[in-house]
Amino acid sequence: MNSAITTQAASADDVAERGQLDSVWKNNPGLVAWFSATTHQAIGKRYIVTAFVFLLLGGLEALLMRLQLASPENTFLGPSRYNQIFTMHGTTMMFLFAVPVMEGMGIYLVPLLLGTRNVAFPRLNAFGYWMYLAGGLFLYGAALTNTLPDAGWFAYPPLSGPEFSAGKGVDVWAQMITFTEISAMCVAVELVVTILRMRAPGMSLNRMPMFCWSMLVQSFMIIFAMPAVMITSTVLLLNDRTIGTHFVNPAEGGDPLMYQHLFWFFGHPEVYIIFLPALGMVSSILEAHSRRGVFGYPALVLSLVGNGFIAFGLWVHHMFATGLPQIGEAYFTAASMMIAITSGIQIFCWLAMLWTGRLQLTAALHFVFGFIFIFVMGGMTGVMLASIPLDLQAHDTYFVVAHFHYVLIGGALFPLFGGFHYWFPKFTGRLIGERLGKISFWILFIGFNATFFPMHAVGLQGMTRRIYTYGADMGWGTANLLSTIGAFVIAIGGLVFIVNVLRSLRQGTVADANPWDAGTLEWAADSPPASYNFTHLPVITGRYPLWTAKDSRGIVTGLRPDRREVLITSLMDAEPHHRSTLPGSSIWPLLTAAGLAIGLVGSVAAFSWYFVMTALGIIGFIGWFWPRPPLDVK
Amino acid sequence: MKRGVLLLLPVGVAFAQQSALDPAGPYAHRIELLGAFFLGLLGLIFLVVIILALLSLTRRHRGIDQEPLEQNHRPSESTERRLTRTVGIAAAVTVLILLGLVVISVSAGKATSTPGNPDPANALVIEITGTQWWWQVRYPNEDASRIVVDANELHIPVGRPVLIRGTSNDVIHSFWVPNLQGKRDLIPSHVTTDWMQADHAGRFRGQCAEFCGLQHAHMALWVIAEPPDKFETWRAHQLQPASAPADPVRQRGQQVFLDGACALCHAIQGTAAAGQVGPDLTHFGRRSTIAAGTLPNNKGNLAGWIADPQNIKPGTRMATVPVKAEEMQPLLEYLEGLQ
Amino acid sequence: MRILATGCCLLALSACQRERRDMRPSPTSVAVFADASRQSDLQPGGPQTQPHVANPYEGSAYAIAEGKRLFGWYNCSGCHANGGGGIGPPLIKGQWIYGGEPANLFDTIVKGRPNGMPSWGGRIPEYQVWQLVTFIRSLNNEEPKSATPVRSDSIEQDPGTLLPKPGGTTK
Repeated sequence: MNSAITTQAASADDVAERGQLDSVWKNNPGLVAWFSATTHQAIGKRYIVTAFVFLLLGGLEALLMRLQLASPENTFLGPSRYNQIFTMHGTTMMFLFAVPVMEGMGIYLVPLLLGTRNVAFPRLNAFGYWMYLAGGLFLYGAALTNTLPDAGWFAYPPLSGPEFSAGKGVDVWAQMITFTEISAMCVAVELVVTILRMRAPGMSLNRMPMFCWSMLVQSFMIIFAMPAVMITSTVLLLNDRTIGTHFVNPAEGGDPLMYQHLFWFFGHPEVYIIFLPALGMVSSILEAHSRRGVFGYPALVLSLVGNGFIAFGLWVHHMFATGLPQIGEAYFTAASMMIAITSGIQIFCWLAMLWTGRLQLTAALHFVFGFIFIFVMGGMTGVMLASIPLDLQAHDTYFVVAHFHYVLIGGALFPLFGGFHYWFPKFTGRLIGERLGKISFWILFIGFNATFFPMHAVGLQGMTRRIYTYGADMGWGTANLLSTIGAFVIAIGGLVFIVNVLRSLRQGTVADANPWDAGTLEWAADSPPASYNFTHLPVITGRYPLWTAKDSRGIVTGLRPDRREVLITSLMDAEPHHRSTLPGSSIWPLLTAAGLAIGLVGSVAAFSWYFVMTALGIIGFIGWFWPRPPLDVK
Repeated sequence: MKRGVLLLLPVGVAFAQQSALDPAGPYAHRIELLGAFFLGLLGLIFLVVIILALLSLTRRHRGIDQEPLEQNHRPSESTERRLTRTVGIAAAVTVLILLGLVVISVSAGKATSTPGNPDPANALVIEITGTQWWWQVRYPNEDASRIVVDANELHIPVGRPVLIRGTSNDVIHSFWVPNLQGKRDLIPSHVTTDWMQADHAGRFRGQCAEFCGLQHAHMALWVIAEPPDKFETWRAHQLQPASAPADPVRQRGQQVFLDGACALCHAIQGTAAAGQVGPDLTHFGRRSTIAAGTLPNNKGNLAGWIADPQNIKPGTRMATVPVKAEEMQPLLEYLEGLQ
Repeated sequence: MRILATGCCLLALSACQRERRDMRPSPTSVAVFADASRQSDLQPGGPQTQPHVANPYEGSAYAIAEGKRLFGWYNCSGCHANGGGGIGPPLIKGQWIYGGEPANLFDTIVKGRPNGMPSWGGRIPEYQVWQLVTFIRSLNNEEPKSATPVRSDSIEQDPGTLLPKPGGTTK
């Protein structure tokens, strides 16, 4: 690990202790050791890099779609291929990029923010990553064999049923969801336990950083929402397609609407699952770059929690056109508008911080401003869509496409990029190029608006979603051409960002531990953090540990440096409770994930592979839980 | 803001056709008004928020005292109190605005989902069945001899509320004519209803609005609103079976139709052709489009459609039936003559 | 690395047949073909080169789905039910009266058979006959299992029930 400055004065004892901690916590070199890593920094980085690869793939699919739609009656892609590509675009972005990248940021940052050394269940963490990777490889591997799903990213039956979607494409889609949802559940569970029981002593819940609150709420949402989509995709759809059930077969008493209800019960919280960590990132960036603490901490926390709860009561707004009773639908109008309150309160609190802070206009702050602009506009169109009469005109048109790209890209992607710029020195030890960062922001911002703003108009002018072409006499050609050009501008912006990252990795200014003079705990660790995060775990007396005087900062003593030992604290006030030894590196998460993956992939072909999955899974878990003595260093 | 930008977009005929922004009936009109109100109010709120955000950047240049935050990173008590008051007021205003919007929205929803004309018995009922990738149209009647069956085109009388009762034969579709009404999904094993009314005569294009497979993009329909007397004339004419062809060319065409695969899927009242799985062709010659709004109905397009449907709608259910060169012309004459 | 590449290629080829969608039948398969199979193995004057008649849609999931649709559209169920038979013989069986190979099935459909099987030749185009043949073979597990749908989505509701009963209700 690099010998960067720590917050404590280096003493001979410290050096010896750091050496011992390093030898206990570090990941050994070598291929097997790489596959066995269970430290949160390694796994967090893997999530982020893998998710980024999927972002590029999804972006490529978007460019292909835009090329086809750039002019009327274009023949670049036929209907079959276009349907496959838009399905892959939605599926990749929603399941393989958006949720995993937020998980990855959470896994990397939460232990640092809480003042501990790892997440609560390190091997589960690794297992979650391998399942995610397996799911992504499964979907794109199927792409190599021309087995592509083409029923949309939400695959409504009966279109996605056995009669109208012949072949294995939709089966692959349905089973891939099993992978990604298992992965998300693993991360959710471990983040909840980490956040609730592994905070540094003294970090009571009301002193916890906003990003941790957002990850906590998000993780609870995952725990409640993901099972719904697993049932929808696996039980309702996959079983109908592979073993002859009739859950959603209208002829035998099944109901396609049941699928929609259960899917959107997941689907709506899903977008808030993507969105909430971004809100935490905005708070973090603003805290540091406005040089004041968060304004309205209780309001922000309650808004996050409120967001999490209300999000589960909105799902029917995706189904306003299905002829459900209007009184029932009106409830969902009210709930869909009410969630604007919780989002609005957060925006007001951030505006308050912008107004009373001393702003450092970094690239990260640019992305926060971009977030405010784009997300608020998306929120406004969202309030429009919450109104049933307006939704009945705008539903399933490009107006909705514009809306959700505004809220997802504005609300999640822009804060994410802000977070990349803000935490880049922490991840890599170098500052990211500010000039290129700002340039990439402007290109992305302009390209984004050029792409998606015209879609509002063209959607209200009658252009429905998911059409591979349109007539020349419809008058939608100019707007679509503008959107296509904008899409390529976005691509350029992405390229500039990548160039910036690569250049900064090589030539960026070396960063010390806290280049932004921020107040939260992750900036006390080295840049990049040592494998053990902190030489001494801190004792917390306020919301901003690094903004309290140095000599009044306490440290935790008494943890064994020769084992991977962490301190478990109580739920509310983080009083020390007991010490716990975390497991070291282990190959078993990978082996278990591989076994389950083999079974799940095979199950698409034949049911008997579920037995293979069970058998391999049992073997994997036996190896995983086989008792072994804690890692001791002689 | 969006409307302003709309005016900047170079638009031709488009603004009117299949556009929710050009209502031709009371329901669509009410929705458009609601939309304009929402747009104005929410657009204003958006501008206020953005201006506030941008203004925060200029504060330091306006000579306003910046509190020294580098020491304790905390603004003064008075600042925090002022902020709490402001944010509290803003939050309360937000709640009130949203509550108001909910009320307005629900009342508009009621108005656009029940017939404005207080005489529902006066309503015309049309049954729409969506199939991949065309529309079955049926005007039900208690007298079975007065049931009109058509495809891909509706005629409605101006000024009378029309009840669309819809279902689907296969996958989920959605019936949408933006100039006249909000959309309604057509779901297999469900019957959904929606009201529609045109206030002036005209031809209004609609399109399927729920992804339904390969040719979702080419599943359009036309609603022709005409004065009530013209509508009744049309309906009476639709009840007539196809007249027997007079000239030998059309007779040859009819023979080609009946001898080939056509009669297996299509029906023409008054002939032996009674196929139920494809569109009814009894009055095909009067329709303005072929293939669910994909092409204008003329001999050239019809020839291309019959000869190679997969070229025009790849994936269509219409069979590629071999028609000999010398048979094509009579067949076209026959079909276009089905007035 | 090479093993990986070969593996990927093999993987790619394995799914080619199943996922193939021939939406535009090539011109020659739109004409109607007279005889796909001989009825006798003996040939005078020595063996003759016979054009090999193969099912062009063998293993294609799309063709099976289309065949299933046509089976309903052309009312094959009227005599054969859903393969179980009724007026006509069952289509799910080990012993075929006129042979169960694709070429035999093709001939049966095109030429008709004594005692009630209509002759579809000259009416429906050849590629649809092949789709029906593929579907019938899938009923008999002769097609790859991965390409055969597991169950039917058939809608039992008759759209005629949309009409309100006297009194105004539909249900």
